[in-house]
Amino acid sequence: MLIITCPFCGPRDEVEFACGGEAHIARPLADNEISDADFADYLFMRDNPKGLFLERWRHSAGCRRWFNVARDTVSNEIVEIYPMGSLPLKATAKTTYKTSWRRDTAAEKAATPSRSKAGGSK
Amino acid sequence: MAKNHPDRGQRGLPGGAPRYSAFALAKKAMNYHQDWQRAWRDPEPKAEYDAVIIGGGGHGLATAYYLAAVHGLTNIAVIEKGWIGGGNTGRNTTIIRSNYLWDESAAIYEHSMKLWEGMSQDLNFNVMFSQRGVLTIAHSEHELREMSRRVHAIRLNGIDSEILGPAEIKKFVPTINIDQSIRYPVMGGFLQRRGGTARHDAVAWGYARAADDLGVDIIQKCEVTGLRRQGRKIIGVETSRGFIKTKKVGCVVAGHSSVVAAMAGIRLPIASRPLQALVSEPIKPILDTVIMSNAVHMYISQSDKGEMVLGAGVDKYNSYAQRGSFPVPEHMLAAAVELFPVLSRLRMLRHWGGIVDTCPDASPIISKTDIEGLYFDCGWGTGGFKATPGSGHVFADLIANDRPNKIAAPYSLDRFRSGLLIDEHGAAGVAH
Repeated sequence: MLIITCPFCGPRDEVEFACGGEAHIARPLADNEISDADFADYLFMRDNPKGLFLERWRHSAGCRRWFNVARDTVSNEIVEIYPMGSLPLKATAKTTYKTSWRRDTAAEKAATPSRSKAGGSK
Repeated sequence: MAKNHPDRGQRGLPGGAPRYSAFALAKKAMNYHQDWQRAWRDPEPKAEYDAVIIGGGGHGLATAYYLAAVHGLTNIAVIEKGWIGGGNTGRNTTIIRSNYLWDESAAIYEHSMKLWEGMSQDLNFNVMFSQRGVLTIAHSEHELREMSRRVHAIRLNGIDSEILGPAEIKKFVPTINIDQSIRYPVMGGFLQRRGGTARHDAVAWGYARAADDLGVDIIQKCEVTGLRRQGRKIIGVETSRGFIKTKKVGCVVAGHSSVVAAMAGIRLPIASRPLQALVSEPIKPILDTVIMSNAVHMYISQSDKGEMVLGAGVDKYNSYAQRGSFPVPEHMLAAAVELFPVLSRLRMLRHWGGIVDTCPDASPIISKTDIEGLYFDCGWGTGGFKATPGSGHVFADLIANDRPNKIAAPYSLDRFRSGLLIDEHGAAGVAH
């Protein structure tokens, strides 16, 4: 059983939480025209590392708020807990974020508003 | 589909390993069973093979066996990082059934069922296949209606399936509690009489022995560390025992599929999760069938040794740890004790977890990849054991002919791009 420290409520048993799977998957914006294969990267393809994994959790039987967790999928060690919408600060977790194949996908690029707007105005 | 008889291939080569028989057993008894031959060799890896199968579980060994027996490819190897059958093949709850909702699923699981029905003869190895029936229980009115829809769909595919009411269930399984006041009351259920169990280790051993007999090298304690490519073509595998040259690689590594796929830069929609099971101390026979509950994620049967074999649901987060979270079996056991009050003082002997490769639509992936010569058979998730022979049979066909056959075609990786998913969350549930 994991003991997860909810950033809002403190340490609680795993049964109070729901796991939301891989974190940092940005939805391609509706106005873009990416291919089915690229959309599949967003919709179905998942990072599934043996080692450090960045994932979302929700304190579903508590404050019901979401947060991110960097957890090792072999040892179950929780390396870092950090808020939604932000990136991890620990070096190992940062590397995991940067080296994920997802950072290079067309789906991820199509999710950045500035880029898509810049493209549109040209 | 009921008339589709799979090509079982030729069993054994002239001068192959001696047959197992009652006579051989009696003869060896004279010598206190001291001189049984090895069931399979322990070869050093050759420099090159026509095909390499990564993963020596049931599916991998079945693939190798059918490649040799049906397609005549005998210069092949199965490489396994641990020992054969030591992963999910030796960890599952051995349930076999073919009662799935969609036509695509009916095709592959029934294909598998037909191979189960002749497996002990084909392999000359008693896999203890026992068609004792699989009864899935409904705990609510809604579940019962959904079940009746499924039963009709299954019957339209020519597969046996029937609905039972609580009184009929009580007659079929006298130890069950059909009191309507419990947390998960028995409202009805559906039964596949041809379903049942098999001895999981024997399946791995039987396929290994038969494949080895046909010339397949089974190389244990050999871990794949990389896949060597030339452009978009596979040219070999890097292993802990050196480089092995080959043009065809079949990956059948279940929970580690994403890890091997990453070596080739391939993305899979798979999440690896622990699935837990446990067995009790052996007791006298009390249950001669398999009982499943999708709502509780409980499944229970009694082994020939007398142990109660119980399976739980899948854990809620990704893990490669081969051990699960305690609340999962606790939830399952609470419901099991209510359904079978006779279990309440039973002691559990062993409890373990296996890492299963779950797919978004609860259906497997049997597919070519965009790298030439690299094939994947994965995503069986919580229910791969029942599919062992069928999966191996169609995957061997895919590797040998470099194109999927009619049964395998819907299970291509492309379905996640086209959207032609085969949603079996209802039939597969988590309970397998």
